[in-house]
Amino acid sequence: MTSRDRNEPLLQVRNVTRYYGERIGCSNVSFDLWPGEVLAIVGESGSGKTTLLNCLSTRLAPTTGAIEYRMRDGAMRNLYQLGEAERRLLMRTDWGFVHQNAADGLRMNVSAGANVGERLMAVGERHYGNIRTSANDWLGRVEIAGDRIDDDPRSFSGGMRQRLQIARNLVTHPRLVFMDEPTGGLDVSVQARLLDLLRRLVADLGLSVVIVTHDLAVARLLSHRLMVMRQGDVIETGLTDQVLDDPREPYTQLLVSSILQV
Amino acid sequence: MPVRLYLNNVGKSFTMHLQGGAVIPVVGNVEFSVNAGECVVLGGPSGAGKSSILKMIYGNYRCDEGQILVTTGAGEAGGEIVNIAGAEPRRILQLRQDTIGYVSQFLRTIPRVSAEDVVAEPLVAQGANEAEGREKARELLSRLNVPERLWTLPPATFSGGEQQRVNIARGFIAHYPILLLDEPTASLDAANRAVVVRLVEEKKAEGVAMVGILHDQDVRNEIADRIIDVTSFHAEDAA
Repeated sequence: MTSRDRNEPLLQVRNVTRYYGERIGCSNVSFDLWPGEVLAIVGESGSGKTTLLNCLSTRLAPTTGAIEYRMRDGAMRNLYQLGEAERRLLMRTDWGFVHQNAADGLRMNVSAGANVGERLMAVGERHYGNIRTSANDWLGRVEIAGDRIDDDPRSFSGGMRQRLQIARNLVTHPRLVFMDEPTGGLDVSVQARLLDLLRRLVADLGLSVVIVTHDLAVARLLSHRLMVMRQGDVIETGLTDQVLDDPREPYTQLLVSSILQV
Repeated sequence: MPVRLYLNNVGKSFTMHLQGGAVIPVVGNVEFSVNAGECVVLGGPSGAGKSSILKMIYGNYRCDEGQILVTTGAGEAGGEIVNIAGAEPRRILQLRQDTIGYVSQFLRTIPRVSAEDVVAEPLVAQGANEAEGREKARELLSRLNVPERLWTLPPATFSGGEQQRVNIARGFIAHYPILLLDEPTASLDAANRAVVVRLVEEKKAEGVAMVGILHDQDVRNEIADRIIDVTSFHAEDAA
């Protein structure tokens, strides 16, 4: 990546608001995301984290506001003015989306290899041997044994499914990955392995990530920058360790002081 | 020697919203500068605000008042003056990579990362390749008497002293023009304290500007060029 790319934001979010009828989902959110930057959105259930993530990833149109993304050719484009075909291509190639529930991001009735290979085929790869080699390589990178390539994910444990979902997302070398509670519902040892894996992959690939989590330890380990949401508003934002070690807002202080010490 | 770090009228207080909004003043009117090749030690009793000053310089605590100016090191715009008190998060992250190092008391362990990789990481982040990083990491771990059988293990299960030495190696491996030392010798034995003193002297010779908190009188006498009494920096509303 050239230094010029690094000096321009990848995603620009301006005054994004989403209403559900009368109710507010998220309100007036603005930020820039830079190449290689990991932004964590934290807050309790119902604070608007997932609404915002869905707006950013074009899964849910905001009521008002603009979201612009720097395409591979360098041009900034408003995501909600892209044609359907352009938007689909973006989601299949340049972006990834890691769901909390792996079954939402995988095809459960085809093999692990096909789950990974499918994204490659979507970007035009046709050579079966290459696809299989790539799939095998990615299963290795997410620590899934090569002899499981032909098994379908229904036979995988929760942690393996989550790692498979990550491989499926990263195989096309996306520049931006959205993650919704990627470690939620996994037991702690499985969580630690997944976090370590994510941390390495994100750093090695220079990925930009927007990750939604309610786990502040996950945010501290993975993210550079933190955004705290409450009742649809972003109430505090800054460097992750600064917000966690020197929280300013009453609600952030409450969140930080509520962590159980082990 | 050129000035590397300048704190101008720096002030900080904490507002504790969970305690009815009590405002706890920490420091006020902090003013000092540190030259290249100089080690300044912050003095004063516990609670005087020494650690808070160090954390503000590193951008870990917010700085409410005044300016914290640093001259940047290597990188694209070396020699530029940046005010940490008003810098964007990504600017601070960049400074932490190429300009300001921090040796804290406690190691924040990362699951599954080996001690030598934990140590090598800052050097690799500055552009060294992995082999180079590991080699220098091993050299430092060996100087700090961390047993070789531990090098490839994650430090989570190490003793407190071993973790601290891993942390010191991590803090000293890379080249930063400014290095912050937060009690690096607490709970070390005499032999390892001597190693830390030598590491500090080497950094001085390289022209690194250092700010430290050291309660150990002997170590302090050996490495401090100047001692600044933090109790003289009164927060105005506390006076």
